[in-house]
Amino acid sequence: MDGSTQVGEDTWTVAGRTFRSRLIIGTGKYKDYALNAAAAEAAGAEIVTVALRRVNLSDPTQPMLADFVRPDRFTYLPNTAGCFTGEEAVRTLRLAREAGGWDLVKLEVLSRTAHLYPDMEETLRALKLLVAEGFQVMVYCTDDPVYALRLEDAGAAAIMPAAAPIGSGLGIQNRLNIHFIVEQAKVPVLVDAGVGTASDATAAMELGCDAVLMNTAIAEARDPVRMARAMKHAVIAGREAWLAGRMPRRMYAEASSPMSGLI
Amino acid sequence: MVRLTINGEARMVQDARDIAGLIAALELDARKVAVERNLEIVPRSAYAATRIEDGDRIEIVHFIGGG
Repeated sequence: MDGSTQVGEDTWTVAGRTFRSRLIIGTGKYKDYALNAAAAEAAGAEIVTVALRRVNLSDPTQPMLADFVRPDRFTYLPNTAGCFTGEEAVRTLRLAREAGGWDLVKLEVLSRTAHLYPDMEETLRALKLLVAEGFQVMVYCTDDPVYALRLEDAGAAAIMPAAAPIGSGLGIQNRLNIHFIVEQAKVPVLVDAGVGTASDATAAMELGCDAVLMNTAIAEARDPVRMARAMKHAVIAGREAWLAGRMPRRMYAEASSPMSGLI
Repeated sequence: MVRLTINGEARMVQDARDIAGLIAALELDARKVAVERNLEIVPRSAYAATRIEDGDRIEIVHFIGGG
């Protein structure tokens, strides 16, 4: 051993597309698109989530996301934020497919609640509609392992449980559920929503998640570019720890120095 | 002159007979938008061939920042 374990190319694959970066970042809430682009670069992200909205007809000269966070550099993952029914989600993603040709999409059908947790019954119904139309669907969901299995059975390309409410920054509220979901899943699992700081991202990766998706944790940091860099390292650290295999937890101490040969 | 509803707003449009003409009249970049006419997607390849008519409901969307 030379002391350095050679790390081979560690990639993950969703819907037949392979990525090196395990950090997906959102493009909402930034001060401007230039800062957003700088954060995406610092994060080393290869995928960014995007929303679809009406063009502002009164001012066609407004800055456009695509001019800063360029779709030839980042894989756009169109989301269905703002949709509350399966039909709305299908309509939105059909337009997204036409706008950019993407069939890899993020489904989120939220409840009209203060916590914005996904409406899982409607999410599952929307997923079936989208799969029937040939979309590859990464599904934002609650951390219910039983529903996660149902999503997978219905053809989800990835399972993306919330760590905590969107934009709350509270970190993983139920590690056990994330563990159960990772353990049973045959498709990638990503923690999506609720990450607040670097250690939250590391924790998600230490639980065996394939990647982490976040927006507010970076966008609302005092220095978003620096936080993006921190998140990049946090995801790598968590991934490496997961691959390395952590030591067992013990209830009591076990001395690191031998107790024999004492003077 | 046609009377359209574009993105929920009533608009009178001159000098445009089809979706391609409409996008040009609105000074939009056709490569960066997607269009729906009366709830049906208009493929980009069909912009020039898709005529606009009085009373059409048009949606023109694009990608913006989101999580």
